[in-house]
Amino acid sequence: MVSSESQPAIEVSDLAIYYGDRVAVNGLSFRAMSGQITALLGPNGAGKTSTVETLEGYRRPTSGTVRVLGLDPVAEHRQLVARIGVMLQSGGVATGMRPAEALHLFASYYDNPIDPDELLDLVGLADHRSSTWRSMSGGEQQRLSLALALVGRPDVAFLDEPTAGIDPAGRQLIRRVIADLRDRGVAVLLTTHDLEEAEKLADHVVIIDHGVVLADGTPAELMRASQGDEVRFGAPSGLDVSSLGARVGAAVTEASPGEYVVASAATPSMVAAITAWLAEMDLPLADLRAGRQRLEDVFLRLTADANTDTPESTPSRRRKSRR
Amino acid sequence: MKALLAQTRSELMLSLRNGEQLLVNIAIPLLLLVFFSAVKVLPIPTGVDKRVDFLAPGIIALAVMSNAMVALAIGTGFERHYKVLKRLGSTPLGRGRWVLAKIGMVKVLLVLQIALIVIAAFLLGWNPGGNPWLAIPAVVLGAFAFGGIGLLMAGTLRGTVTLALANGLYLLLLLLGGMIIPFSEMPSFLGTIGKVLPSGALSQVLQSCLRSGAPGAGSAWIVLAIWAVCAPLAAVKFFRWE
Repeated sequence: MVSSESQPAIEVSDLAIYYGDRVAVNGLSFRAMSGQITALLGPNGAGKTSTVETLEGYRRPTSGTVRVLGLDPVAEHRQLVARIGVMLQSGGVATGMRPAEALHLFASYYDNPIDPDELLDLVGLADHRSSTWRSMSGGEQQRLSLALALVGRPDVAFLDEPTAGIDPAGRQLIRRVIADLRDRGVAVLLTTHDLEEAEKLADHVVIIDHGVVLADGTPAELMRASQGDEVRFGAPSGLDVSSLGARVGAAVTEASPGEYVVASAATPSMVAAITAWLAEMDLPLADLRAGRQRLEDVFLRLTADANTDTPESTPSRRRKSRR
Repeated sequence: MKALLAQTRSELMLSLRNGEQLLVNIAIPLLLLVFFSAVKVLPIPTGVDKRVDFLAPGIIALAVMSNAMVALAIGTGFERHYKVLKRLGSTPLGRGRWVLAKIGMVKVLLVLQIALIVIAAFLLGWNPGGNPWLAIPAVVLGAFAFGGIGLLMAGTLRGTVTLALANGLYLLLLLLGGMIIPFSEMPSFLGTIGKVLPSGALSQVLQSCLRSGAPGAGSAWIVLAIWAVCAPLAAVKFFRWE
């Protein structure tokens, strides 16, 4: 793994982005290293796109600094674009273009491109030679977009929701390609709100909401950090939590419909007591997690906390959370 | 250079593959030329022997407008809509080469359009007069004027609005521009408006270059030059890439 002394591929320091008086990003700082997949996670409107577009040089920070490969994305845009690959969430290719034409065209922009035919094979579009962008499915368009992001042999790849709306086979293929990029030393910055994707793919997760970092670490660290003394289980919604609480001797809450949290260490006897109570009530148990949480739990808890913040929270936060 | 050539080739290929663009760039001008040369429905200025002698310069002006304004605006407007321009912004192509590629595409299409119109006009018995070489700078000025208007629309309006407005403007500039209907047939206030429009200025200039006995076009050259400078400047100033 890349040591912490080495220069990060992406460095965001105290970034703020305002649109008029609307605050999109509010003092964001994080780093992404080469040879790692960093997932920028957050709900819609969290500030992910504003942040990434600033890194790509599309917009200037209102305050704070961003550096990509040590370059200022706006002032040194020309040097930067030769070394980054961008995958937009949608569009980006003229509708009448065929995959091979688009790849050959993009290859012409770079000094040392990957062979377009090789890339077409890699993303499984070699047999789509005659279809135009307009006639391709969403998944095919996503795979071509990914190939276009890679053709210039980037050192940093910005991938916006790369597997959104894609069938499982296409998703697997894209994930393989992304993992391969990481193995070749590319810094991959993935924006997503797909938690499963981040959990499976990312080496490093940055959770943001309302333009600030809520958590930053490896998926394992984040899940460990949030692991309190609690047992979570899924069962039909609307259970009598006080009855269960009395039975097991710990507070039980319904965190979300059908998702229960028992405030107790996950001892075997506690797990046995919960399942025995369910058995008596003849209730099905959907799943039971003792200790280790899924990233989704962390994410939902953190973003929910941010939304029910104290009254001292910034005006922007309150404004956004009312939406 | 490699990127510029590839971009120009790609722009050209997409234009030639696009049925709507071929229709507006080539089919409509040729159809109007042949139809109104053969069918005696439209008035022609007094002193003109053959209809095609009046129509050919006007149809060349129309072809310039179709290509540099309508097709360019619609094509670029949808590229902006589908984030093609945004995506190019994060490649090493750069805006300068993108604009040069668009200019290159318009130029090649103009040569093709004008060649077809000239061939058709000769087949219809066209007898050009005046100073045909002066038509070249006129066409170039016209292309810059219309191209500026086209990119101004494409860079500031939504794709679908650009589509509608470009088509509406096309019809208006065609009817008021003296391209197929002589200014002498219009009420004088309409003729006055028509002559300060880019279409009116270009068709007057082309008439003077390509038809003997056509009125001089000194002021039309000035009007055309003003459009050719101001419209691209406005496009540069107001164009938004996303």
